[in-house]
This record gives sequence, structure tokens and C-alpha cells, in this order.
Amino acid sequence: MISRIACLGGIYSNHLALEAALRDISQRGVDAIYCLGDLGGFGPYPDRIFPLLEKHQVQCIQGNYDHSIGHGLEDCQCGYTDPEDNYYAQVSYDYTLANTSRKNRDFLRDLPDQLQLSLGPFQLLLSHGSPRRVNEFLWESTTSSHFLEHLARQSEVDIITTTHTGIKWQRQLDGPRWFVNVGVLGRPENDGTTAVWYTLLEAHAAQDLQVQFIPVEYDHQQLAREMKEERLPDEFIETILTGWWTTCLEVLPSKERRQGRY
Amino acid sequence: MTVNLEHSGKPVLHLDHLDHLWFQVAGTVCNLTCHHCFISCSPKNHNFGFLSLATVQEYLEQSVSRGVKEYYFTGGEPFLNPEMVSILATTLHYGPATVLTNATVLKDSWLTTLANAEAESRYSLEFRVSIDGYSPETNDPIRGDGTFQRAIEGIQQLVQFGFLPIITATRTWPDSQDLEILEAFTKTLEAIGYKRPRIKLLPTLQIGAEEQRTHGYRETERITAEMLTDYDLDQFVCHHSRIVTDRGVHVCPILIEAPDSLLGQSLEEADQPFTLTHGACYTCYQYGAICTNPSSPSTPTRKIPDPGSP
Repeated sequence: MISRIACLGGIYSNHLALEAALRDISQRGVDAIYCLGDLGGFGPYPDRIFPLLEKHQVQCIQGNYDHSIGHGLEDCQCGYTDPEDNYYAQVSYDYTLANTSRKNRDFLRDLPDQLQLSLGPFQLLLSHGSPRRVNEFLWESTTSSHFLEHLARQSEVDIITTTHTGIKWQRQLDGPRWFVNVGVLGRPENDGTTAVWYTLLEAHAAQDLQVQFIPVEYDHQQLAREMKEERLPDEFIETILTGWWTTCLEVLPSKERRQGRY
Repeated sequence: MTVNLEHSGKPVLHLDHLDHLWFQVAGTVCNLTCHHCFISCSPKNHNFGFLSLATVQEYLEQSVSRGVKEYYFTGGEPFLNPEMVSILATTLHYGPATVLTNATVLKDSWLTTLANAEAESRYSLEFRVSIDGYSPETNDPIRGDGTFQRAIEGIQQLVQFGFLPIITATRTWPDSQDLEILEAFTKTLEAIGYKRPRIKLLPTLQIGAEEQRTHGYRETERITAEMLTDYDLDQFVCHHSRIVTDRGVHVCPILIEAPDSLLGQSLEEADQPFTLTHGACYTCYQYGAICTNPSSPSTPTRKIPDPGSP
């Protein structure tokens, strides 16, 4: 029976953070590793993450970015509404599409959009944005608890996991049920530190789910050098080096926006 | 399947899920008389009345079992409602709240209470402030003499209390000028000390006062069944929203004056399909998700192309 898993959120081509996270997970020991999608985007050399995922048998679902890259669409379907956010998203998307091999694009195209599994006594759903929409933003400050309970009832699961927004959070619901945004490995979460995050979930008995957010330190200076080599936007590199988001800010609700610098 | 056809061939849309519950909390009463207002609000328009805290709370309670995600408050000018501060503070116990205001009547004591209420809540309180130009010369002809300066002072007041208001401007210029006008707005707001302005552009709705200012919808500007082929229905506000007024529950915030918009007295009664016959439905179709905040967009996910097709 699976009772302890690691959930990785968006990787965004950050192969150095992925490598560090997988090393950490190996030391801690888990029954299985999952990735909730958005494997590419933002970072350099998108093909470098795939051998790592294969070596560690990471089971992935498809994010909006993976759907776009896999099908060769024109943009990432990230859900931004601001013209400047869309400009940077497009720069990143065009680079990622051009630098992802055919084999890896096929891999992304064929990923399932969700996975359901048993974690100890619980049913757990892995989804990217939400169980109902791949690019839905479920922010902590703009998602009511009764809405999350509705999603859990509709999905007939005890635990919903997502990524997509880029900021980890969790909430215990009536039932008890749980909602967990597992965070992302791809970039820091707008808190002024350079660490990125993944999540450990462990369940042995009914009523008892342990959610542990794990910070990952990695060679972010090296990532910044590689991003510069690949002529990715200086604004992206600044985020990696400082921990503050510089783009894609318009979709943040006010509570989350106030925690950042920009 | 959430769309089907009437015998007349008009598309009928079902409520998918009640994500956003709106409240016409100040009715049609406003301290301003904007020339583009789609429900012709003014100091003398009492067509719709205020909602009391007790009424709002009754619907908030109903909303729990329906899994509502967010709450929105509009008018008129919501802060003319004497219970507005209590209504927002109460709502923050249920979920995130957004209030659409012209920011010309705000009091420091209210903002102190609301800043505290938001700090104690896990949810965001968003202010959406309507101004329709980046200068008195571009704003005041639409919203009234002196309104630009008063709104700017209101925005400064909100920023001083730690809020990050979303500035909403109705697009009374050609779409092609969006980028330069956004830039002008940003400069204006930064100059008054709002260092990270958030801006949302809205389309005009050719009804109410705007119909007099420019023109109404042409007969051809209507939704047909063909137009909905492969269309993401979530772009329609009525696919995921309803609004409470002092008359009951209506289909969407835009059409409250249309007789067919009143769907019932409870959220359960209002969970019924609506026929998309109005010109304003066409604007919703064209622009999509026009009423929601940028943090909750309903961005379409494209239909997956057939791998066998070129």
C-alpha cells in the first residue's frame, strides 16, 4: 500500500532544482513520486529534465504548458490577462517549444490530465489547476472552503492536490478532506528567498494526513548563468536570483501580491 | 451538456456551477451619473433599492451548500449603503469579497475597519475602482466634472490603508489604443504614489445610459447556436454567476433591468437555464469573463486538435 509520496509541482525546466529535490527525496524515502505538470517554461534547456524524471520513475500529469508544447499550440494557455504578462509568457513559450525535442513533445502530449490513487486510507486526486480546469487559479485568499468541499465531493476524493499558481498552501476541510497546492520547483514563490518547494504527503490512519512542505536549496547561480547563456529575459533571471516575482503579477490576488516586492 | 436550443433556435445556457455570487447592494443609487452606465444609476434612480445586511447574510448562508467560490458587491455606489462596511466584514467570514466602487465617498474609519477585517480573514478583500480616463480631460466628460480628482484621492486613500485597488476603465476608445492608454494609466497612478497599479479594461455595454451616449445593439448582434460551436461557455458570466437584488435573484449583473433576468427568490430557484437573446450577451461572448477579477480568469483551453488532421 502506498502511504508516503512526494508531489512535485511545476518544474519550468529548472533541471538543477529537480535534481536537488530528487536527491532529497531519495534520502527521505517515499513509495512514489508524482509531478503535477508544467514541466517546461521559464528556465533553460528544457530537454534536461526528462532523463531525471525517467531515472527516478516520476509519474507525471499534464499541465496547460505541457498540453500546449505537446500539441505545438501557439501559446501556453497560462491564463494571464495583462498584455505585459502575456508578452513574457510568449517569450518563454517560444523558447521552450523551439528547444523541446520531438520525443519529449510526444511524451508531454500523451500525459494524462489527472491521476487518482489511494494514499493509505484516502483517495487522492492529482490535478494541475483544479479538478475541473487545467488552468484554473486556486489561490489561498480567493478560494472559499465550501467551494473546495464542493470540488472534493464532485471528484469523490478525500484529498485534492494542485500546482499552477506557483505558491504552496493547504487547508483542511470538513469531512475531513484536504486541499493541497504542492508549490513549484521551477521558481521561488515570491517570498524573497531563492528556495523552491515540493510536498511530502503521508497517511497511515483515517483522519490523519500529514502534509510537509519541503524547501529545496539548489545552485540558483548556475541556473541564472544558463538562463543568460540562452538569452532568457533578465526579468526571469532576477526572480531566480532574488526570490521576487517580476512578471505575471496581475493574476495575483491582493493578499498574495502584497507579500511580494513588485 | 450545458447549452441547448429553444424551439425558436435561440441558445439556452444552464448554470454550470455558481462560482461567483453578486449583490446589487446599493440598487441603482449612485452619487454620480455616468454617461455610459449600463443601468443608468444616479442619485435619483431608485428603480432598485439597497440590500440590508440581514438579506445579504441570508444569501451568504444559502451559498455555503452551493459551494460558491467568491462574492462580489456592486451598485450604484455600494458605499452609499449604510451597512456596507458590516456587509463586507461579514462576507469575509464566508469567502473572498470584491467591491466595485467609484472611491469618491470613502471614509478613513470605514477603511480602518475593513483593513482589520481583511487582516483577520484568510480571504482577500478587493476594491475595484472605476475611472474611465487617465486624466480629468478623458475621465470627466464621461463620469462628471471633478470626478477624476475625487477618484484619485480615493485611490490614494485606499493605498494608504494598504489596499491594492484594481482600477477598472471602460473602453471608450478603439481597442487598438489599449496599450498606450494602459501606459498612460500606469504613469498617472505611479505619480500619485500607487507604485504597483493593477488595471482592468472593460468593454462598454450598449444598454442603459450608454445606449443614449452612443447607440444600442444592432439586431445582428445576437448569439446564434452556430457561434457556440467549440466556444468555451465559461466566458459567459451566466455560466458561473448570479446576482441578488432587492427583487430576487437575477441571471447576471448586466441584465438586471430586463424582465426575463429575474429567475427566482432563492439561489436554488435561480439555478435554471437562461435564453441568450440580449445584445449584451453578444458583448459577453466577444470579450469573455468581463465581470470577474484578473485572479479568476476563465481563460479558454483550446479544443485538442485531431492528431490525424494537418
